[in-house]
Amino acid sequence: MNFFLQVFGNPELYASTLAMATPLALAALGGTFSERTGVVNIAMEGIMLVGAFFGVMIAVLTHSSLLGLLAGMVAGIITSLALAWPAIRLQSDQVIIGMAINVFAGGLTAFLLNTVYGYNGTPTNTPFLPTITIPGLVKIPFLGQVIGQQNLLVYVMLILVVVGHYVLFHTNIGLQMRAVGEHPEAAATVGVSVVNIRYLGVSIGGMLSGMAGVYLSLGLLNGFDVNMTNGRGYIALAAMIFGKWTPFGSLLSSLLFGFAIALSISLQGYQVSANLVGMLPYVLTIVALTGIIGRSRAPLADGIPYEPSK
Amino acid sequence: MKRLWKALSLPLYAVITGLILGAIIMAIAKYNPWSAYGSLLMGAFGNPIAIGNTVSGAIPLMLTALGIAVAFRTGLFNIGAEGQYWVGAMAAVFIGYNFASMPWYFHIPLALIAAMVAGGLWGGVIPGLAKAWVGAHEVITTMMMSYIAILLAHYMVEKGPMMQQGFVPQSPPITSSATLPTILTNSNLSAGLYIALAAVVVVHILLFYTSFGYKLRAVGYNAFAARYSGLPVALYTVLSLGISGVLAGLAGGVQFLGVDYQLTDTFQSGYGYTAIVVALLARNNPLGIVLASIFFSALSSGSQMMQITSGVSANMTDVITGIIIFFVAADRLYAYILRTFRKKQVIAVARKEVQG
Repeated sequence: MNFFLQVFGNPELYASTLAMATPLALAALGGTFSERTGVVNIAMEGIMLVGAFFGVMIAVLTHSSLLGLLAGMVAGIITSLALAWPAIRLQSDQVIIGMAINVFAGGLTAFLLNTVYGYNGTPTNTPFLPTITIPGLVKIPFLGQVIGQQNLLVYVMLILVVVGHYVLFHTNIGLQMRAVGEHPEAAATVGVSVVNIRYLGVSIGGMLSGMAGVYLSLGLLNGFDVNMTNGRGYIALAAMIFGKWTPFGSLLSSLLFGFAIALSISLQGYQVSANLVGMLPYVLTIVALTGIIGRSRAPLADGIPYEPSK
Repeated sequence: MKRLWKALSLPLYAVITGLILGAIIMAIAKYNPWSAYGSLLMGAFGNPIAIGNTVSGAIPLMLTALGIAVAFRTGLFNIGAEGQYWVGAMAAVFIGYNFASMPWYFHIPLALIAAMVAGGLWGGVIPGLAKAWVGAHEVITTMMMSYIAILLAHYMVEKGPMMQQGFVPQSPPITSSATLPTILTNSNLSAGLYIALAAVVVVHILLFYTSFGYKLRAVGYNAFAARYSGLPVALYTVLSLGISGVLAGLAGGVQFLGVDYQLTDTFQSGYGYTAIVVALLARNNPLGIVLASIFFSALSSGSQMMQITSGVSANMTDVITGIIIFFVAADRLYAYILRTFRKKQVIAVARKEVQG
């Protein structure tokens, strides 16, 4: 009993849950936009790495973490175009292109790290993204310790989820996106440009994955390291599916997965295996796909190339 | 001859494009691409031991890629072969360090069969049934199962039943009766090579000379037509993913009986992912897989030498690999470029005629 109170009664567990969930939620939200328009995005892992690296590089060069953030987002968009163009124009297999980007990005960022910074890693005087303290809120016992003081991007993420939900379900452009992802031929018939909407969806995905990467390198961890995303892009993919391709669903499942990660960290030193706890996100995703607790269904045209001539 | 060229041209284009773009990136970073590729080649094929290690590295790639190719031929994408490789490795090592009194001609086959069964169940049962019954996409389920397998492997040697006595997170080493003999002195090359080559022949025959293979391919070619002609598509889905897992599991078994001998706390072989690239580049042809797996093994075994002698980070080979996959998948790119080029030519000719 004492053990449970020690682990689960500690507000730091929940603060860490929020911090761990942020990169997942950002990338999952981006993936939602990409897949809602019909382009499968398994490239989040690679795009996060690119964002993480260029975020650090520009932050070091300009002495500004915010310019680093911007650079990471732009790098994310550019990388995502390497998915968008063959997926949209050449009708290539989106899963395989995504895999190519992941392999390429992992190799390129490791190569650049070595070439630009040598074996010592990124500089220790890198400007990091600021931690924000919300006055008043931080004073509330327990809750204040959980959400009163977090990294800038944690709050940005929470706002973006709300904005993302609004855009996707309450605006004209959101309706067009969902239409293109469900039935591109029908959307094209009423004058929606399938090509442009898909570029937009994938770019938003790239931007948010890039942001997630910057959060890792300039927020959660100090600097860039080889393959530092460590599978988070794939967990984000799982969060998106478990969240049924919706912004709020993505956030909730990211929080759940973030909790599993935070828990497995806080369990280090106890007899319970962190590895077994760490399986939770993956098990839950399979459960969600097999429909044991509410079936998760992909957009109908997700992953299917659109050929206008047909 | 024309058919052979057609089959070879795309992979060849992709490899050449990858090497050229890799050289350009190296040149931009102020390295000498010639000396980098030269040292890579020397590292991979420079002496008999290097050749032995390159071929040795191709063995798990070959076996895993065969499995991925079987799934691809059935229209299924087994992206989780990495995890199936590790469950195979766990099963083989577990049998390998138990039953020390068993003669080798029972011990080795038992360990390898355990590896195959483990891999087959991991890849076939949950992803296969989930796909067959509720249509859950196998890309996601095999990927998730792969992560679960790797965490399970960590658990096994960190706190679980396979941890060796002491404080180092690793399994006990397998006994000599379960060890595959080395066939080239001072190299990693084990008798696993014969197993891999036998598997190539078996899969080739299975796919192209049996009615079972014909049906697998029929499901992959057109699942609707296959269903209407009375084929139990669900059964073939489970079997195909199962065979895919069997071969990935066998890869893990052969690697640990022949090269690694015990589980240590790093579970990142990368074979499962590189094998996808191998299968893609070989266009799911078993004989092509032999060549493609030696190519990628050479990239990886030569990269260390490249890093030491020319200073180019060994990760450069991942950059090249990524580019190669990209260009294999974007297969319409070459036609697209050609079409744009011809269009320009036609326009130029037309313009001349109008003006002339």
